[in-house]
Amino acid sequence: MAKQVQQLDRVIIRFAGDSGDGMQLTGDRFTQESAAFGNDLATFPNFPAEIRAPQGTLPGVSSFQVHFADHDILTAGDAPDVLVAMNPAALKANLADMVPGTAIIVDSHDFSGRNLAKAGYESNPLDDDGPGSLAATYNLSVLDLTGMTVEAVKEFGLSRKDAARAKNMFALGLLSWMYGRPTETTIDFLTARFAKAPDIRDANITAFKAGWNFGETTEAFVVQYEIKPAAMPVGTYRNISGNLALAYGLVAGGVQTGLPVFLGSYPITPASDILHELSKHKRFGVTTFQAEDEIAGIGAALGASFAGALGITTTSGPGIALKSETIGLAVMTELPLVIIDVQRGGPSTGLPTKTEQADLLQAMFGRNGEAPVPIVAPQSPGDCFSAALEAVRIAVTYRTPVMLLSDGYLANGSEPWRIPEISELPTVDPAFATGPNKVSVADDGTETHTFWPYLRDEETLARPWAIPGTPGIEHRIGGLEKGDGHGNISYDPANHDYMVRIRQAKVDRIAESLPPLEVDDPSGRARVLVLGWGSTYGPIGAACRRVRKDGLDVAQVHLRHLNPFPKDLGEILKRYDAVMIPEMNLGQLSLLIRAKYLVDVVGYNQVNGMPLKAAELAEAITDLIAHTGPVPTTDATGEMEAVK
Amino acid sequence: MTTQELPFPGLAGVPTADGPQNRKEYTSDQEVRWCPGCGDYAVLAAVQGFLPELGLRRENIVFVSGIGCSSRFPYYLDTFGIHSIHGRAPAIATGIATAREDLSVWVVTGDGDALSIGGNHLIHAMRRNVNLKILLFNNRIYGLTKGQYSPTSEPGKITKSTPLGSVDHPFNPVSLALGAEATFVARTIDSDRKHLTSVLSAAAAHRGTALVEIYQNCPIFNDGAFDAVKDNDTKVDAIIPLVHGEPIRFGAPGEDGLGSKGIVRSASGGVEVAQVAEVGTDALVVHDAHNADPSTAFALSRLTDAGVLHQSPIGIFRDVDRPTYDDQARQQIAQAGQDQGDPQVALAGLISGSDTWTIV
Ligand code: SF4
Repeated sequence: MAKQVQQLDRVIIRFAGDSGDGMQLTGDRFTQESAAFGNDLATFPNFPAEIRAPQGTLPGVSSFQVHFADHDILTAGDAPDVLVAMNPAALKANLADMVPGTAIIVDSHDFSGRNLAKAGYESNPLDDDGPGSLAATYNLSVLDLTGMTVEAVKEFGLSRKDAARAKNMFALGLLSWMYGRPTETTIDFLTARFAKAPDIRDANITAFKAGWNFGETTEAFVVQYEIKPAAMPVGTYRNISGNLALAYGLVAGGVQTGLPVFLGSYPITPASDILHELSKHKRFGVTTFQAEDEIAGIGAALGASFAGALGITTTSGPGIALKSETIGLAVMTELPLVIIDVQRGGPSTGLPTKTEQADLLQAMFGRNGEAPVPIVAPQSPGDCFSAALEAVRIAVTYRTPVMLLSDGYLANGSEPWRIPEISELPTVDPAFATGPNKVSVADDGTETHTFWPYLRDEETLARPWAIPGTPGIEHRIGGLEKGDGHGNISYDPANHDYMVRIRQAKVDRIAESLPPLEVDDPSGRARVLVLGWGSTYGPIGAACRRVRKDGLDVAQVHLRHLNPFPKDLGEILKRYDAVMIPEMNLGQLSLLIRAKYLVDVVGYNQVNGMPLKAAELAEAITDLIAHTGPVPTTDATGEMEAVK
Repeated sequence: MTTQELPFPGLAGVPTADGPQNRKEYTSDQEVRWCPGCGDYAVLAAVQGFLPELGLRRENIVFVSGIGCSSRFPYYLDTFGIHSIHGRAPAIATGIATAREDLSVWVVTGDGDALSIGGNHLIHAMRRNVNLKILLFNNRIYGLTKGQYSPTSEPGKITKSTPLGSVDHPFNPVSLALGAEATFVARTIDSDRKHLTSVLSAAAAHRGTALVEIYQNCPIFNDGAFDAVKDNDTKVDAIIPLVHGEPIRFGAPGEDGLGSKGIVRSASGGVEVAQVAEVGTDALVVHDAHNADPSTAFALSRLTDAGVLHQSPIGIFRDVDRPTYDDQARQQIAQAGQDQGDPQVALAGLISGSDTWTIV
């Protein structure tokens, strides 16, 4: 039958099912198809911490949300336009996010006795057609996806269970038809993935095609949607997740410094994928050491740095707590070290698979003594690549540990990423010490040449990176206070005061190397500035767009560097009458900004393990604008009057 | 020189010096600050005397320590050194040794540093068999924090933190190392320069982790803890010398001029002390440091008193070959990188992946 084709500018689809239903894979394939088609997109995988949570229950629900559009988008979207629910629990767990009138596609197969009870349904919600029912509230499609899948793949003689497992591909096929996605990438993927199990491969491909054909032929769906490719800047693109981009950034850091990479790490959610990824790239001279614990991970990385490698450690918040003492040693020994914290819900074990930004103050202050550590944060999955390179630049140039704060949302989320040319990437010369650097002249005029490990570069205040194997620079370093210059143990009070200040001054000096901040204030008339850091970039940007669409003015600044702050930040803050800081914590950047710039910022804080929602944030910004009042302007007589 | 005469697989890959060296070159300009009479002086002197014999380039030697009296050691040697944080030296040294094949890496640690706060790193370094030489200065007390009991102190020990006597059971460092499957395990004594040097030499020759427990007297907080093995009057009965290939005998000389006591298999499956005259020489255990099965070495390690020390085997308990972690890690990288080509070109390929689209 001929189908109508309707144009849309953007769609948010959420695939939801049991942890064992393959929803992450389904979402990922739909994402790849959309990427290949040329839409802009953003994704949000959401899954339980348990590897196999009890089947069919609410805690066992796993979902994958993909937002794709014909224009540039910033987030995975607040609320889905379409929910695909593979069982009763998936329906129940996600219903609260569905706005009336949106579409829900349900696999009705498991809507019976025990499965309904497991999800907490007393009766079958699909049978109800009264007022307020699903059928009355939503654009509900009830389909026996499992049954159709089993029927479609019966020629392969699989067990019923194995046959039913292909239902996610049937659903993917149906949705791919509905949104006109290209199918080749998925067929290629399935062919490669199940190369060793031809039955399973053929069943999955058949189910996928059957889903597509069902959409084409059924009368249940009369409309097919078209979302045109997005106009994006010229370049070659790929889809990339934050953890993958981060791992690539670290490999690139090794190549661009000419240093062998040494990763010391201990598995932890949601950072382990970086360890897995880097383990694959030994041909780039990347050593990965899976240590006995978090402390050994960073210890070995610091040892490798001392030996002249690019030492890196990857972890999440609880791991940073364990690494703190070694980070202090890295501050004291002034060795390059890159510390990746993929933040998750805390405190303690907290919410391992959920996102949060509550480690900023830990990164900033979580050590004994005055132990300043530079901090950088990526703002989107693809941006993890450049953030990693920036962390490497600072670590190597300034001989310092650097903290990179990613988070669970960035780590697992993905977006199209314009692949940079290698020639665009910065290079950093490690500039190892090559010999004695200090000449002392005795009374009789004889000169002695010695090596002083704490003699500083005037511009960067960095000390020499003096690696073993270089004659004439043998020296000892450690955690005890150093004498200025010569680096021998010193308990002298004035020297300690000086060294504390010079270590701080060195970190502050990094600000000299930072580009001016980008202030996004299109009208130039905004009185409210929204300041953010890290993964809230997308929701903040989307919220600002909404506010501007409503005819209001708002400015946005997003920080890549949290320590030191860029030099122009103070001046920018003072240009605005009100500053809002949205964060997924209780106000950690707010605290730092208030302390440093004495600006009475307004916090917008949410700590529910989920990314901020643009619509809610837009409301808060609108309220603040109303509260702040309209833009004053100066008329010809020099008096102030309100615009509008 | 030694390196030219002996096969020293433990030092393969480390460049050798152009000419002879002396102890002065290995002595830093820092004033040594241990208490007068401390056993650490003797070990430092032995090491400063022994390193020139290895004939390595001085800049290719790294000493890593943790925290404690003995951990000041690196400051006094004119090599590369890190005085790190409490218990973490084996972890840091693992990074150094894995990153650089051309370095000879030594760890200096104490009983508190290695066995208490750093126990985890110690056992994992040994099971991985990283090419490290670990010198464990065991004085059976916390010295730097002024006299609390340590994880090797005897039960009942009265210290500042145990006024009624310690109720902790101590570790036997050699048993622990054997349990962690260390490939080289030895024990020696600070004041026996000759034995100390011979054990250090064997440790340096060994490729893999070498754990050397050094009985070290702390005259300030635990004086005399090792008198039994040091006093001329008692040591003949206290030291059970382990020499590879020799029957294990000690005590006052018997009729054949050798020790009147010996080690035999016990009914319980371990080993025990017997009078040679009663059991005969054929019954004695012949020490085999190269035995792949560590059971007998472990049994021997149990002859050391857990309480006040009266008797202890001294020498190399175990010296066996097993591939090292660092060699294997480097090998994987070398193999993977064989046809790498220009790294920037390879990087461009890596980050592009296979699923791309182009906007023109
Ligand atoms: S306290 Fe004991 S171990 Fe420490 S330096 Fe003094 S004598 Fe040596």
